[in-house]
Amino acid sequence: MTVATGEQHVGTDEGQETFPRLLLAHARTRGDRPAMREKDLGIWQSWTWAEAAREVRGLACGLAELGFKRGDRLGIIGDNRPRLYWAMCAAQMLGGIPVPMYQDAVAQEMTFVLQDAGIHIAIVEDQEQTDKLLEVMEQCPALQHIIYDDPRGMRHYTQAFLHGLDEVISAGKIHDGNHADFLAGEIAQGAVDDTAIMLYTSGTTGKPKGVCQTHAALIAAARGGCGFDGLDERDEVLSYLPMAWVGDNLFSYAQALVAGFTVNCPESGDTVMTDMREIGPTFYFAPPRVFENLLTQVTIRMEDAGAVKRNMFHYFMGVAKRCGADLLDGKPVGFKDRLLYALGNLLVYGPLKNVLGMSRIRVAYTAGAAIGPDLFRFYRSIGINLKQLYGQTETCAYVCLQPDGQIKLDSVGPPAPGVEIRIADNGEILVKGPMLLKEYYQRPDATAEAINAAGYFMTGDAGFLDEDGHLKIIDRAKDVGKLNGGAMFAPNYIENKLKFFPYIKEAVAFGNGRDMVCAFINIDMGAVGNWAERRGIPYAGYTDLAGKVEVYQLIQDCVEQVNTDLAHDAMVADTQVHRFLVLHKELDPDDDELTRTRKVRRNFIAEKYAVLIDALYGGKASQFIETEVKFEDGRKGKVAADLVIRDVKVFPKVTGRAA
Amino acid sequence: MAREIGDVILDLRNVTLAFGGVKALTDISFDVREHEIRAIIGPNGAGKSSMLNVINGVYRPQQGEIVLRGEHFTKMNPYKAACAGIARTFQNIALFKGMSVLDNIMTGRNLMMRASIPEQAVRLGRAEREELAHRAKVEEIIDFLEIQHIRKTPVGRLPYGLQKRVDLGRALAMEPQILLLDEPMAGMNVEEKQDMCRFILDINDQLGTTIVLIEHDMGVVMDISDRVVVLDYGKKIGDGSPDEVRTNPEVIKAYLGASH
Repeated sequence: MTVATGEQHVGTDEGQETFPRLLLAHARTRGDRPAMREKDLGIWQSWTWAEAAREVRGLACGLAELGFKRGDRLGIIGDNRPRLYWAMCAAQMLGGIPVPMYQDAVAQEMTFVLQDAGIHIAIVEDQEQTDKLLEVMEQCPALQHIIYDDPRGMRHYTQAFLHGLDEVISAGKIHDGNHADFLAGEIAQGAVDDTAIMLYTSGTTGKPKGVCQTHAALIAAARGGCGFDGLDERDEVLSYLPMAWVGDNLFSYAQALVAGFTVNCPESGDTVMTDMREIGPTFYFAPPRVFENLLTQVTIRMEDAGAVKRNMFHYFMGVAKRCGADLLDGKPVGFKDRLLYALGNLLVYGPLKNVLGMSRIRVAYTAGAAIGPDLFRFYRSIGINLKQLYGQTETCAYVCLQPDGQIKLDSVGPPAPGVEIRIADNGEILVKGPMLLKEYYQRPDATAEAINAAGYFMTGDAGFLDEDGHLKIIDRAKDVGKLNGGAMFAPNYIENKLKFFPYIKEAVAFGNGRDMVCAFINIDMGAVGNWAERRGIPYAGYTDLAGKVEVYQLIQDCVEQVNTDLAHDAMVADTQVHRFLVLHKELDPDDDELTRTRKVRRNFIAEKYAVLIDALYGGKASQFIETEVKFEDGRKGKVAADLVIRDVKVFPKVTGRAA
Repeated sequence: MAREIGDVILDLRNVTLAFGGVKALTDISFDVREHEIRAIIGPNGAGKSSMLNVINGVYRPQQGEIVLRGEHFTKMNPYKAACAGIARTFQNIALFKGMSVLDNIMTGRNLMMRASIPEQAVRLGRAEREELAHRAKVEEIIDFLEIQHIRKTPVGRLPYGLQKRVDLGRALAMEPQILLLDEPMAGMNVEEKQDMCRFILDINDQLGTTIVLIEHDMGVVMDISDRVVVLDYGKKIGDGSPDEVRTNPEVIKAYLGASH
């Protein structure tokens, strides 16, 4: 067994910290600094810490008047809105537990969480979310009150159990004014090992489980991260990722309350790019798919640009690839390259960062899934301090962090301060530290399964510690398999390589217990659509485009390139992709093919598309398939297509560079 | 529904419009009540757009008059119509392609701008205050129509469906009492049509705006209108609730029968 431990920073103001106490402390010490901003009607509105504290107090009292009590769970559904973050804090003030839920989930998916958590009161963003709850209210008898933030379209809703958030807050403020000691008493009762929040796991396997995190755990993780990267009250973040995701909770809530920095909420999901440029966050986090999308857009726009710009871009990207990452790490770089890089910064990297809204970024993190090394290298090479972080909901997304200057493309860094890592004999990563979950809500069986006798959380990921003590993740432990030939098969590794191509949005590789590796491909509608338009290839929609011969050829080239890459690495040379097909529909969380965090649900897909897998391995040249799809409004439809299956060239193992 | 249909706000009496020897409209009378959604339907060339142009004052009918809130107009013109609170959108979008969405909608506020040209040129006190107030109103419309993400995009770069929405936004910027929509859903896909329907209903419901719309898509018309006028070859052949119109034999013959 290998063990590694992160150096522990001892905090200066240790004590009985809970989130409500942190909020009140900020309101006292930096009352007039901005705590939150939100773009509303085209203008950034801000709230200072003092104002935020007043709103939270009002909301807390309002909730108390509706009967919200210590230990109750408060459902929160919506985009990142200041008042929804305040709702979390208000619930915590009363000793309750906020349960943020994925706002893009369809109503039926919400019932499970609503029932499991036994939610009495839910705060939702708007009419759309209200409608979803009304739809499932009969199945959730516990649900007694729904509070909506945005009153638009709610005029004709007369049900007595519906309340406008404005009214709840103003009623609460009056109450707070008359009984100021009520909240003080509630806050004083809060203990650090109370559950601060419940986050539901995305449920790649089986039913979602409610992960209970205590104030102490989240604050320890947040404090560790802030200390590690030197975050303070001058930092700015843009919060745009689902509130139900542990990462958003750590960065936009826990760290903001620990360090006192400003959280900015975008105007809407569609305006994130513009809003990001306007705010210029200094601290940024995104799952790899966001970085992928940005790069795809950049690539598309550069291909549409004039020859001069395009050549300049490609030339300087070459320079950046050669020396950009080394410069960022402070490693020695030759004079000529330094000069060229400076010029490139003026002409290409600077403007590019500006367009992406990344000019002011000091630290950027990616987490949630493994990031392709090429993608990672791209951002670092243009001077964005992008780092990887490893963690899961159960560990407050805080296990490993990459330290500045010690970035390795294929590792996630050494254990974070205060965290201890052990590698079990079967390769599984085990973790211990102050940030571990308290329990799975009402699931002692699952809790016992996840935390072993020695107090280690079993991550389910396979990995190893390299010679410098950095953790390398191979794949989900259960996903790593073997080909019949005996070679190790890590599907994620292959899929990530495929997904680095802007044309490929999603890939699913199969091979465990088979003779060879085959793959499903999802094309990226934006990138391939643009590619087709420039070549004058007409298409009617996704299914049509995906089936085009030209598109197949394009994807085949990508797959062959991946195979050449794989051939160079002895560990994975046998897992080159032999055959592939382009799926007739996009994999979609509404059809249960992806989790809400956009992770592939491998087994579900394998079952659902069993005919396609049989065709891939059965040597067929094409296969007919008809699939039911769910639309956003809950209607169902069918997509049918005759899918072509292509064989791909595989390359002999390149020897001499064995790992 | 809380919205209550009120009294007659716009009354067209015996309108006849001819271009030379061609009679576009023959002796047409119908009324529009406050807060209602009134549809004008009919086959191609039935005179629907001409009807709208008469209300709007683009065409002057040879006979007949328009009574708007009790006031009689025999000579309506677009300026008078605009001042009287009538706004419209166009079948073939007439936006300023090179200008941003925001600026396009801002042009809808033109009638309400009081500052003089020199004041506006140097943004003196009044002009600036005024612009801020108008901008705030325009932002409300942008929020209402959910087009924040394209606020600064030149209109020419937008897909058709969104341009239609901007066109609607500009008409709304006038804060009209009566909104004339000329085929608001023409050329749209199903999803865009659904969005547009929702916006029309929201405008009617939340802003209380009276809406007169021309539409080809029978499904849409029957779903959202309170009353429907049917024109054929410049003559009125039906008038009533969607159900009445649907069962009117003459309408079936002229319109529904012909299109199947």
